[in-house]
Amino acid sequence: MKLRKTVLNGIVADNPVFIQMLGMCPTLAVTTSAVNGIAMGLATTAVLLGSNTVISALKNFIPSKIRIPAFIVVIATFVTIVGLMMKAFLPALDKALGLFIPLIVVNCIILGRAESYASKNSVVNSIADGAGMGIGFTVALFILGAIREIIGAGTLFGTAVFGAAYEPALIMILPPGAFLILGLLLALFNWISMKKARGENR
Amino acid sequence: MSATGLFVILVSSILVNNFVLSRFLGICPFLGVSRQVETAVGMSMAVTFVMTLASVITYLVQVLLLENFGLEYLQTIAFILVIAALVQLVEMVVQKVSPTLYKALGVYLPLITTNCAVLGVAILNIQYEYNLIETIVNAIGASIGFGLAIILFAGIRERLEIADIPVIFKGFPIALITASLMSMAFLGFTGLV
Repeated sequence: MKLRKTVLNGIVADNPVFIQMLGMCPTLAVTTSAVNGIAMGLATTAVLLGSNTVISALKNFIPSKIRIPAFIVVIATFVTIVGLMMKAFLPALDKALGLFIPLIVVNCIILGRAESYASKNSVVNSIADGAGMGIGFTVALFILGAIREIIGAGTLFGTAVFGAAYEPALIMILPPGAFLILGLLLALFNWISMKKARGENR
Repeated sequence: MSATGLFVILVSSILVNNFVLSRFLGICPFLGVSRQVETAVGMSMAVTFVMTLASVITYLVQVLLLENFGLEYLQTIAFILVIAALVQLVEMVVQKVSPTLYKALGVYLPLITTNCAVLGVAILNIQYEYNLIETIVNAIGASIGFGLAIILFAGIRERLEIADIPVIFKGFPIALITASLMSMAFLGFTGLV
């Protein structure tokens, strides 16, 4: 019961992208299509699960003074594993995500969860937290990627959603589109939560 | 390497492939410490310092250690350790040598370890097979580009603070839309080199 709450917390209430504003670099950079967004999200989730497990298991052995370098080594190990696996089994995705696979190391979500959750909680809870945060990140990347792909290329998962007459707005796939869509989405969430708060006051 | 080649690398990393606005590297500090021009200047100075040093050292690590012993697959781990150690070292040295500079950079130095622009430029230098001089030029260009973007952005955000905007757009949403417009402006540099 508590585990389910931990997982859900990462997906909705504490969503790493929309609420905590963490991990912005990959969020904006790789969401040119829905597939890329999901792939990046899953790669990050895999690293997050691994690092949360190991760090929570080792929390009593890591001296607190050198904990950050120790965390980074653990995270970098998992990033290397995920990177090599992707290169071997999914070469096309590896090419699409490119530089941002090694850069998972410096994704603030992972170090943030290690520092604020895994280093203080049990292994099982940390795995649940990693799963929640990972899924929350994946969902956010999927939403952003899907919107940008639909408007910018007129497709979703590679299949056309509009008729042939649709003229794709290329700017949405280019860098400005990423900032714009995320900004508008955040405004939308603000609007929803404000409306909710007003409803409760009544 | 000709001077024109180096110039092309410099212009390309400052304007055409601006690290923040077109490569999406270093977005966290870009959004996090851009509320005031003063802090933005401090951050970009610290980044310039660390990025240039880190590029040189990671280049040497790559050539002398990793390629020499066939350990290229350890690149990510080796580079992030070098950067983390370097940031710590720079912090200690600056604190000892120049307390005034330390006061100016102090808060921003530890944040740089998780600035993906530093690791990003280090990996890109290797991917593009730059030599040592090109690596240094590219790192300087990248940090100037970062500084340019973050200082301009901070200037705009200072004015946004007092602007009358819809409540739901206050804070991050309007900041991201501003960044979008800046990014559009930088798209104009495409094709310059």
